[in-house]
Amino acid sequence: MSEERRADIRPGRLPPQTYAARFADHVPPLTEAQALLEASRCLYCYDAPCMQACPTRIDVPSFIRRIAEGNVRGAAESILTSNPLGGMCARDCPTEVLCEQVCVRNTEQGLPVAIGRLQRYAVDGLMAGAHQRLFTRARPTGRRVAVVGAGPAGLACAHALARRGHSVALFDARPKPGGLNEYGIAAYKVAGGYAQREVQWLLEIGGIELQCGWRLASAAQLEALRREYDAVFLGLGLAQTYRLGIPGEGLEGVADAVEFISRLRQTPDLAALPVGRRVVVIGGGMTAIDAGVQTKLLGAESATIVYRRGEQQMPASRKEQDLARIQGVIILHWLAPVEVLGEGGSVRGVRFARQRLEDGRLVPAGEELTVEADMVLKAIGQRLEAGLPSECGLAQRDGRIVVDESGRTSVANVWAGGDCVADGEDLTVYAVAHGLRAAHDIDTQLRNVRARADG
Amino acid sequence: MAQLDIDFCGIRSPNPFWLASAPPTDKAYNVERAFEAGWGGVVWKTLAEAGPPVVNVNGPRYGALLAVDRSLIGFNNIELITDRELEINLEEIRAIKRRWPDRAVIASIMVPCKEESWQAILPRVEDTGCDGIELNFGCPHGMSERGMGSAVGQVPEYIQMVTAWCKRYSRLPVIVKLTPNVTNIRMPARAAKAGGADAVSLINTINSIMGVDPETLTMSPAVGEQGTHGGYCGPAVKPIALHMVAEIARDPETAGLPISGIGGIGSWRDALDFIALGAGSVQVCTAAMVFGFKIVQEMINGLAGYMDRKGLASIAQLRGRAIGSVTDWQFLDLNRVSKAVINQDTCIQCGRCHIACEDTAHQAITAQRDGRRHFEVKEEECVGCNLCVNVCPVPGCITMRELAAGEIDRRTGRVVSDTRLQWTAHPNNPLRSGA
Repeated sequence: MSEERRADIRPGRLPPQTYAARFADHVPPLTEAQALLEASRCLYCYDAPCMQACPTRIDVPSFIRRIAEGNVRGAAESILTSNPLGGMCARDCPTEVLCEQVCVRNTEQGLPVAIGRLQRYAVDGLMAGAHQRLFTRARPTGRRVAVVGAGPAGLACAHALARRGHSVALFDARPKPGGLNEYGIAAYKVAGGYAQREVQWLLEIGGIELQCGWRLASAAQLEALRREYDAVFLGLGLAQTYRLGIPGEGLEGVADAVEFISRLRQTPDLAALPVGRRVVVIGGGMTAIDAGVQTKLLGAESATIVYRRGEQQMPASRKEQDLARIQGVIILHWLAPVEVLGEGGSVRGVRFARQRLEDGRLVPAGEELTVEADMVLKAIGQRLEAGLPSECGLAQRDGRIVVDESGRTSVANVWAGGDCVADGEDLTVYAVAHGLRAAHDIDTQLRNVRARADG
Repeated sequence: MAQLDIDFCGIRSPNPFWLASAPPTDKAYNVERAFEAGWGGVVWKTLAEAGPPVVNVNGPRYGALLAVDRSLIGFNNIELITDRELEINLEEIRAIKRRWPDRAVIASIMVPCKEESWQAILPRVEDTGCDGIELNFGCPHGMSERGMGSAVGQVPEYIQMVTAWCKRYSRLPVIVKLTPNVTNIRMPARAAKAGGADAVSLINTINSIMGVDPETLTMSPAVGEQGTHGGYCGPAVKPIALHMVAEIARDPETAGLPISGIGGIGSWRDALDFIALGAGSVQVCTAAMVFGFKIVQEMINGLAGYMDRKGLASIAQLRGRAIGSVTDWQFLDLNRVSKAVINQDTCIQCGRCHIACEDTAHQAITAQRDGRRHFEVKEEECVGCNLCVNVCPVPGCITMRELAAGEIDRRTGRVVSDTRLQWTAHPNNPLRSGA
């Protein structure tokens, strides 16, 4: 490629009227007839494996039975009692490796009960009804808890604490609450503004004061929260992304996949969003898939996900990989980026080195390969904001905050959960489970303190 | 190739599948289509005496019990007997029989319990050339309030009386259709025989209310704000019908009386049940109303295939073959011992057998072994009740194994005996023979 060129990154690659359909629900909601039929496949197992596989222990047989009995509200109640973000989890949980993986219908029929879709049917049914309120807030306790981060962990924690009568101050650095549900996951998984719809439902419990645009940036701020509140919960997420650390990373056209998705989620006009003609996504997780698929949906001519290990090791589930392939995304394995190639300050491709495993370690296999690109999206993982946790005295492991089985950090009266802690997987459902267990422990502690004070 | 043709108390038909007297046989148009589809016979929708026709409701006549997948389990109706002029029905019966001489055409009749009413209608029916008559002593709704239908079928003396009139005023074979809304089906069957009936048919429908609308708290189906009980039929009633058929077949007083089996027949398997328990023909309504007349082709094919496989040349060779297997509880062999066996290779680990046994039966199925999910029968607790077999979702996964004589029953510690022991001779029975 010798002639003078700039990377081909531009908006409006598709006819304007086509965007809405391309970004609509990629798994459509079940109709009533479909839901009843699917619900009839549930065997109401004893000590159901699906329930055990759910980090929030949703009583799957109960809610499905209630759907089959025409009791949609009761089904939603069963779900949301265990997991107040059950509507979101129904959309973005990799059910194929959680509840649906262990469904006994796999063994018998080779096809699990569509638990995720039924769960969405139930929660959507409640949300569409006239009486959406399920839970009543307990008598105010007078206790105040600060929850930092209005993502799934923080929202779950705040909701559970509010239910128990505590007052919650909920902070978030971004302009809108919801965390990755609002900013981080693919648009076609949460069509119709569901993230905000869910937050609104959660806040209706009362007793939660939301403050957006507030970032925890210093140890002094955490100290102030500890002084001012009876307990603090940190659901910080992972605000920083990893760098590739290779030449050419600063070229025009190289961006963080997280940032790209965030802009996509917030844009009022998808046709105005610039996208490369040929896109390379580096990474192998859900973010890589979400980025690759959405660039294709925006009209990229090609989208190639390049992962340094094999298909088996890819963090994105098999189902996600298949989804990407169906959308025309190419997935390459065993290739590690060596250099981002540029021309005139813009990216023109990425040079990769073939990898192989040697004693469990990745080593270059000798061969190199260049993939041409107009846009390179980095999706190689996120991490905590450097320095802050240590400054705050929070013990860490593998770059994440260490918590005990109740969600307590090494700092007194500070709990944490979600992606920022070294526990579980980076999924909404684990974040919710963390938020709930911390809320339970905070509540127990606050009641004990009061009991002692009263005594 | 097995022959399916029958001679049922002198009525011949190319196969044992008849459409029961009901909406599908209301008029020539339907019956024509039924015969084209392959039905062996029809029992014409019940005729009333001459005069102003019966009036039906102008709202829902039917209600259904549906499974979650909306397959029909039970069906109910409040439709009355024919609401068309007698003369029109008779003309159509005459024309149909002329066009389809090899098929059975039977006229169902319901007129008041007065001799002159029967005396008036019978010659006119016979004049159509039909093959027989069926006396509708069964319909439990509407007409029963006017002293007909099941109001007759519930009083053996009336059954005998009317049957005798019919034998007196008609040369046609008389089939008496019985109502199941009685305490002991043997009594009306004996009465029919005493009156000279050539056969009985059963069951007619069962008194039923399908449910209550949760919004309006009105029973269903309803005509406006009120409903009335209807007659229940469909797959759900088959076991009730089979019991009644078997009772008549094994009652020494009625043994050998031809029986036309009715109640929940929707497949050749259902027909097999009735025929093996003594029915010489079977009548179908609900399955046709759900699937259309073509369904008879699957029944014919299935039954013929079964008979070929079993080496049965005719319906007569199958008829009644299971009657001897029906007995009273007191004659069951109490020395037989069975234990459930769970096939671990096909078990899908749903645990339904465990929880059913644990909560409601004999605590004879494990939930775990070595800390892992595992469902296995504890023979020392198993009484062989068959509950687990019935709740298991996998066909053939749980079976019952009968212990051989000489084996030890691990529940009781006793050796299984090879001698028969009935309650009538059981040591715990104070009234045992020889006690």
